Amino acid sequence: MGKYIIRRLLQMIPVIIGTTFLIFYMVFALPGDPTAGKCGERPCPAAYVAKYRAEHNLDDPMPIRYAKYVAKTATGDLGTNRYGVKVTEDLKKRYVVTGKLALMAVAVEVVIGIAAGILSGIRKGRFIDNLVLVSTLFVISIPVFVIGALCQYFLGVKWGLFPVTVSAKPTLYELFMPAFVLGSLSIAYVARLTRTNLVENLRADYVRTAIAKGLSRKRAVGLHALRNSMIPVITFVGFDFGGLLGGAIVTERIFNIQGIGGYIFRSIYNRDGVAVVGAVTALVIVYLLVNLLVDLLYGVLDPRISHD
Amino acid sequence: MRGTTRTIAVAGVSALALLTAACNGGSSETTSATGGATGSASASGDTGASGGEITVNGCQPENQLIAGNTSETCGGDVLDTLTAKLVHYNSDTAEPEMDIAESIETDDNQNFTVKLKDYKFADGTPVTADSFVKAWNYTAYGPNGQGGSYFYGPIEGFDALQCTGTEEGKECEGTGKPKAEEMTGLKVVDDKTFTIKTTEKVSNLPVRLGYTAFAPQPESFFSDPEAFGKAPVGAGPFKFESWTEGQSIVVVKNPDYSGTNTAKIDKITFKFMQDMDAAYNELVANQLDLLTAIPVSALIDDKYKTELTDRNAQRETATIQWIGMNPKADPTLAKPELRKALSMAIDRETINKQIFNGTRTVSTGWVSPVVSGYKANACGEACVFDPAKAKAMLEQAGGYDGKLTLTYNTEGDHKTWTTAVCNSITDTLGIECTATPGGEFGEFLTNLTEGKTKGMFRNGWQMDYPSIENYLTPIYAKNADSNYFGPYDNPEFEKLLKEAAAAPSNDEANVKYQEAEAVLAEDFPTIPLFYGKATMGWSDKLNPVKITPFGTADFTSISLK
Amino acid sequence: MTESATVVQAVEATNAAGDVGEARSLGADAWRALRKKPLFWVSLVLITIFVLMAIWPSLFTNTDPDNAVLRQARERPNANAWFGRDIQGYDIYSRVVYGARASILVGVLTTTFTVLLGGAIGTLAAYAGGWVDALVSRVTDIFFAIPLLLGAILFMAATQPRGKPYFVIILLVVTAISILGWPSLARLMRSSVMQVLPNDYVQAARALGASPWRIIRKHIIPNAMGPLIVVSTINLGAYIAAEATLSFLGIGLQPPVISWGVSISDAIVGLRTTPHMLAFPSLFLSLTVLAFIMLGDAIRDAFDPKTR
Repeated sequence: MGKYIIRRLLQMIPVIIGTTFLIFYMVFALPGDPTAGKCGERPCPAAYVAKYRAEHNLDDPMPIRYAKYVAKTATGDLGTNRYGVKVTEDLKKRYVVTGKLALMAVAVEVVIGIAAGILSGIRKGRFIDNLVLVSTLFVISIPVFVIGALCQYFLGVKWGLFPVTVSAKPTLYELFMPAFVLGSLSIAYVARLTRTNLVENLRADYVRTAIAKGLSRKRAVGLHALRNSMIPVITFVGFDFGGLLGGAIVTERIFNIQGIGGYIFRSIYNRDGVAVVGAVTALVIVYLLVNLLVDLLYGVLDPRISHD
Repeated sequence: MRGTTRTIAVAGVSALALLTAACNGGSSETTSATGGATGSASASGDTGASGGEITVNGCQPENQLIAGNTSETCGGDVLDTLTAKLVHYNSDTAEPEMDIAESIETDDNQNFTVKLKDYKFADGTPVTADSFVKAWNYTAYGPNGQGGSYFYGPIEGFDALQCTGTEEGKECEGTGKPKAEEMTGLKVVDDKTFTIKTTEKVSNLPVRLGYTAFAPQPESFFSDPEAFGKAPVGAGPFKFESWTEGQSIVVVKNPDYSGTNTAKIDKITFKFMQDMDAAYNELVANQLDLLTAIPVSALIDDKYKTELTDRNAQRETATIQWIGMNPKADPTLAKPELRKALSMAIDRETINKQIFNGTRTVSTGWVSPVVSGYKANACGEACVFDPAKAKAMLEQAGGYDGKLTLTYNTEGDHKTWTTAVCNSITDTLGIECTATPGGEFGEFLTNLTEGKTKGMFRNGWQMDYPSIENYLTPIYAKNADSNYFGPYDNPEFEKLLKEAAAAPSNDEANVKYQEAEAVLAEDFPTIPLFYGKATMGWSDKLNPVKITPFGTADFTSISLK
Repeated sequence: MTESATVVQAVEATNAAGDVGEARSLGADAWRALRKKPLFWVSLVLITIFVLMAIWPSLFTNTDPDNAVLRQARERPNANAWFGRDIQGYDIYSRVVYGARASILVGVLTTTFTVLLGGAIGTLAAYAGGWVDALVSRVTDIFFAIPLLLGAILFMAATQPRGKPYFVIILLVVTAISILGWPSLARLMRSSVMQVLPNDYVQAARALGASPWRIIRKHIIPNAMGPLIVVSTINLGAYIAAEATLSFLGIGLQPPVISWGVSISDAIVGLRTTPHMLAFPSLFLSLTVLAFIMLGDAIRDAFDPKTR
């Protein structure tokens, strides 16, 4: 087990380096002057530009800049962004917010998704099954910004059920609507996954045996079939968590959440390479760790899988 | 200039006395700015309830809050509340009034003597002649890389403070180091007096001195500009309280404010908003107290007027929009006749009505109507939609072969109106025209500066100081920073600008500037489109809010019900 | 739009039971099952209509989609303009009809690219095994870890599609989504091939001395393709919706291309005032996405012997 974890951690290193290089190169290869817009609608004075470029190492060749960056990163310093703020500070604050949002979104998708999946799984082929299918798929088919805007307008502005936007230190209640919007697309996947696996496991020999042994159907479903159906669902949620962190761009914008998605988006627009690379690197690390965790969870859920 | 990279979204007409007050040229300063109001929003700050806190939409300042380094709206709006300058622009008429300055005198428009009143910074230290001269030298000094340095260009000795190196990234090192650290044109006479000498005559210099970049700085600034920029100290009606990175800036009433422009409310929170629709939704839900720009979604069919009954206002502001062209990058657009034909093919009225919901005014020239020196109809019939004349003019220009593009920057709502402009051209002249995204502002601007943008492109201007000159020199002078039009270069135009700057009085200067504008009408380097209006909305708890000619809220006059 | 990358898992599970030797041909069996499904026919009819629309838009309307009547902008639906007019005064019905082409092209082409790329890489990794597998898996990780939307933003900003011809713009958007869309399919294909490899018929072919190419082509791909096809049809819908989100962020398709995504993102400002501008393109987009997803779902059920 320990060996397995160490091996996995070691494997992460090349992935992280590869990703940062890819992002680093792409961001800094973008056309456009990073100082544009800092002086209103006209170009900044030459002296201003010169100072800015010198402060941000913008005049070195790309590989040297990357090397400088990695050397600095290794000491835990992710540099300062275009506003002169330490990227690490920004990331800390914003990851807390987005992390909360993503966790809530995961909770929403897991609770609603699994419930819907079980419902349609045990009532396969009936009306409720088709209803769940069509309604979850319908959500996938609407672009996320439309869902977000609709929710905000109707639930927030018109009916006043939820706060319209999210404050700087968001409460769970404030985050509920954005989390629902963010998680809504995944609900369909979770529901489909649960249903498919449940249906399959319900037919499996061990469930039949359990029922034959005299276990109640409820218990057979809950204890045996469901537990075995959870592996793919957990895998999915693991992948999805990382995706939700970075994919919250649209949701964060609509609900004015000062999170990581909007940070990356704005930094790309501003050609603020250091901020982008730092934020994405953190994203990748979280993603890899969550997936490691998921793999370890397999062992818990299914004793047949071991990590020796 | 105070340009915005986000759209200055502007809204439908609301028949408030605001507009009339502005148009009457400041008939009376004490008139209540908003008709039907309780009278508490009067300009001079002596009535109405005091105290209370409000939350306003804001955005992340691009730089640290240093007056000389801030020339964009996000930081500028905040700094305006914190700083006092030599002159203050009247919030109704934009006329300059003495603020810190007791007097600014000159005999020849080249040597100015400035006398100061007794003002104190928010930290208790006095505002002296030194506070100005040192701050100005700091801003102008090349290696400090201050964004506002170009405003000091006219002062004698400015050139000696600039880096001269040519090696990329090392302009200020070795031989490139500036020759001097102080401008020879600035001299401290005594604690309360200093003199300014300009390289050439500048008739409107006093008008310019109200711009943020000319604010004085206290001693604490020079010892540690970095730290100061995170917690600035000014001599303005408000005092800095806190800045939460990426979230908000809070300012409070300055208890030791020395001027007459006293604030009524105790505290303003500028809450950074990523999306104006979100901000608007907050306002409707009374979670935000003041929104300084109503988003398009609420402008459609004047929706905001029903959602914000009696709590919205609109006023003409100093922003203007036009279409630029670079004949060097795109020789097909070299003929003035062709540019005029395109101009006459644009149905500005309908675009204003349908796309902007009446939140603009159709341009009749190159200068905003809110400034002194504005002359109506400088553009003449070339800015009037007339399909028949447009076609005739196109014929005269020898027709146009090929496709046209109209490039816009992608942030903001430029896509909609540029598409409508193109459709209008296509419809009238049969020339295929496509509105084309030109990347975000950074990329868009780089391409303009380097002369890479072919076809037409969108352009706009928000004035720095209220003078006709601010719409001509910084944009169309041969060496101007924002002259993206080839550059546009006409010796006669240059000559008129120089003569105007040397004119003995403002009125005489304005006549010359108007003549210069007439030259633009001949050469037609750009196609004037719209004058801006600002539309704001506020929550139940505020008395009517006054909009300044700059398109900002007049924060000092805001009061709670 | 992280979700499209993650559909994969839905089938990994089904796949576990998918490779069963049959006496009757799998295809014939599946067809028999499909014929009886109303959802299959509904989605097939819808897809046929939309594809027709994409190929011959003039069959459906005579109105020029580029004819802007600004004076009548935002007109509600009426006899002259069935779906009303949008903010520019374009006829919405005509825009919707002409928009089918770009949206469906994006969906179909992106699906094709991701299937080819992901399929090939996944097969290679699984078949070669060893260090090739390790290397390919790490590279897949790199691409997988970057959120789809962020990658697409970077790509679109770097390639600057403006002013380019119709198909180039579409291809750029397709590439942007494909670059980060393939890894999920590669993973799926890899696990799928791994399950096929130990089967007797593969071993037999090997023993008979068949070339690796032949084994992959004749035995592995036909037997491992199932899950890939199914996930791809679901992804196809998700890609169409993803394009709309890109347009919303200002980096998707752009004129002269007419697409549902562009129409929707242009019309979102009318949510509270003129919802008809938003409703019609959204309806068409949702129907198309739904049709593809339901088709994929029906096919999956048909091909999976256990769910019958």
